[in-house]
Amino acid sequence: MMRWLVAILFAIGALARPALAVEVTAAIQRVDYPTLLPVSRLDLRPDDLGFAGGLLATEDNQTTGRFMGQTYALETAASPPETALATFEALQAKGLRFFAVQARMPELLAIADAAAPDTVIFNTLAPDTALRSDQCRGNILHVVPSRKMKTDAVAQFLIWKKWPKWALIHGSHPEDRALADSYRASAAKFGARITDALEFTDTGGARRTDSGHVQVQRQLPLFSQPLDGAEVIVTADEADVFATYLPYHTWSPALIVGSAGLRPLSWHPALEAWGATQFQNRFEKLTNRYMRAEDYNAWLALRVLGEAVTRTGGADPAAIRAYALSDKFELAAFKGQKLTFRPWNGQLRQPILLADGRITLSVSPQEGFLHQRSLLDTMGLDQPESACTAFTK
Amino acid sequence: MRRLAFATALATLLTTPALAGKVFVSNERGNTVTVLDTDTWEVLTEFAAGNRPRGITASPDGKKLYVCASDDDVVRVFDTATYDELYTLPSGPDPELFVLHPSGNPLYIANEDDNLVTVTDTETHTILAEIPVGVEPEGMGISPDGKYVVNTSETTNMAHFIDTETFEIVQNTLVDQRPRFAQYSADGKHLFVSAEIGGTVSVINPDGGEIEHKISFAVPGIAPELLQPVGVRVTSDGKKIFVALGPSNRVALINGETFEVEKYLLVGQRVWQLAFDADETFLYTTNGNSNDVSIIDVAAEKVVKSVQVGQQPWGVVVVSD
Repeated sequence: MMRWLVAILFAIGALARPALAVEVTAAIQRVDYPTLLPVSRLDLRPDDLGFAGGLLATEDNQTTGRFMGQTYALETAASPPETALATFEALQAKGLRFFAVQARMPELLAIADAAAPDTVIFNTLAPDTALRSDQCRGNILHVVPSRKMKTDAVAQFLIWKKWPKWALIHGSHPEDRALADSYRASAAKFGARITDALEFTDTGGARRTDSGHVQVQRQLPLFSQPLDGAEVIVTADEADVFATYLPYHTWSPALIVGSAGLRPLSWHPALEAWGATQFQNRFEKLTNRYMRAEDYNAWLALRVLGEAVTRTGGADPAAIRAYALSDKFELAAFKGQKLTFRPWNGQLRQPILLADGRITLSVSPQEGFLHQRSLLDTMGLDQPESACTAFTK
Repeated sequence: MRRLAFATALATLLTTPALAGKVFVSNERGNTVTVLDTDTWEVLTEFAAGNRPRGITASPDGKKLYVCASDDDVVRVFDTATYDELYTLPSGPDPELFVLHPSGNPLYIANEDDNLVTVTDTETHTILAEIPVGVEPEGMGISPDGKYVVNTSETTNMAHFIDTETFEIVQNTLVDQRPRFAQYSADGKHLFVSAEIGGTVSVINPDGGEIEHKISFAVPGIAPELLQPVGVRVTSDGKKIFVALGPSNRVALINGETFEVEKYLLVGQRVWQLAFDADETFLYTTNGNSNDVSIIDVAAEKVVKSVQVGQQPWGVVVVSD
């Protein structure tokens, strides 16, 4: 009797479901690089960094999917860089075709080049301009803002303030120099002038030990003495070595922007405009911590997927990619305007938050910067500047 | 001087509505409700209304004021004559916006953080049902016959039609990004759903849920991304549709027959919600960033006055004496 009942219930369940149920499984793959502790312990990395944002997006997609006959699942994997490719191949062997990848450029490219045809990879970490230009791949959609979008965002703000004279301090790591170059390009693009530049050489050091602040307070003024009189100091310190120490420790009073002070971010836990409060609430309820940019980027990646599945009614990777890149695609993502993709290099257009660590100070693009297509295209690589052909061929 | 006073009195007589009443405005950041006199447009008072008051409405007899105190997780009920708090109604967590059944009972409440619509009996003060809907429910509209309540979910991008007898969702319509508000026409033939980030108002046939028309907005010199439709109100003859356009600081006036935008009226900053007075002579708008209310003469299609209210005005309702 019981068995019959189960069978009948099963049959009813099957009838009640839409004829073509769509099942969508996405993966978040994170590459964990060996790193030192952050300068501030407020920046310690949570274990679920990135994954938590993906989990919230999967819940959001699932809530919508309930009304559409679509179900969503999420796989997560973390690995050191040496085994990143093997980890990807293992996920791919399970039949997965949608990946949000939190990796630097070398591992990201290795993964993209090893992917089966009709795989969609969302870049949620690598900011390199080359990935949006001559090193672009047709199977990578960039939801993370590029370095250039972020440096343009800072430049627009400083120009809006009529502060066009900057000094520059950059670190000694390759990514710091790339960031410094991006600031130089942004200065040229928006009419600012970099009067002086210094390199802060990473020689290791005590960092935040017992007497660390004493050393910082004595040494940074001397280091920055050559920039005496600079009112705005742009810092390029992606490696997180010195910039956080710089505010208040310069030789002469100066505003710090870039890697410390006023920072360009894709997300900040203090944002509350545009319905962000309820989004932050949902994330904090789920994870018991604040949302980081990595979480927001992972959320964005899977919401792009969810939105494309909702609108196309299926989960075919080629159709999802085509829809995301089409002019029909738009995504609301708590930034006050719809986000869309640049069809020439697969970069998601988005406003950039400028935050000081406590509040959102401003949001770029700034008023007065115009573009014939989208104001968001005043930041980052515009079509004529990108050497990417993988999307237009 | 006397002549001037007489002229002013005469002008006031000519422009005041036939029905006297009060305008109640919820101030999201100020945690208060501001009360305006509909005759003089003077602020009568401002009273404490709980934490983060947003959605605001009144009982059909005009005696009770309902306020969503979002951060208190309750609906607070006030006497519209004395402004005393009478009692609270259970609302479920984070109530944002709600709609009252035309009979005055029950109240249908969107719980923004919990993906629910809560149905609360306004007489027994109990929860009748909790209905799971899409992500971030906000807009709430009810059909004139009271048979269907419509909820919009901002991240799912749907209008959910809920049967008010069975509390089941009977149909869903996918609309553009971030639907904020749902409003039926008085004849029940059209449902208007605004999409804040999509920048459109969908005109939906409630019978079947098909989108029959999509209204878009364009103002020369204003960035298109600032034209963000939120509050929608329709005159009871169906001829004029007003849509609040958020940070563009404008209210669009749309022809109810052709669905063409006829005019953009300049109001205060970040206009979100709208309310008519009883005889639809004036329309009141809440301007969250300039902390004021703009008053639109519906027949003349003009903004006639703005009045400072509390901090970050969100919702508005007009009660006649």
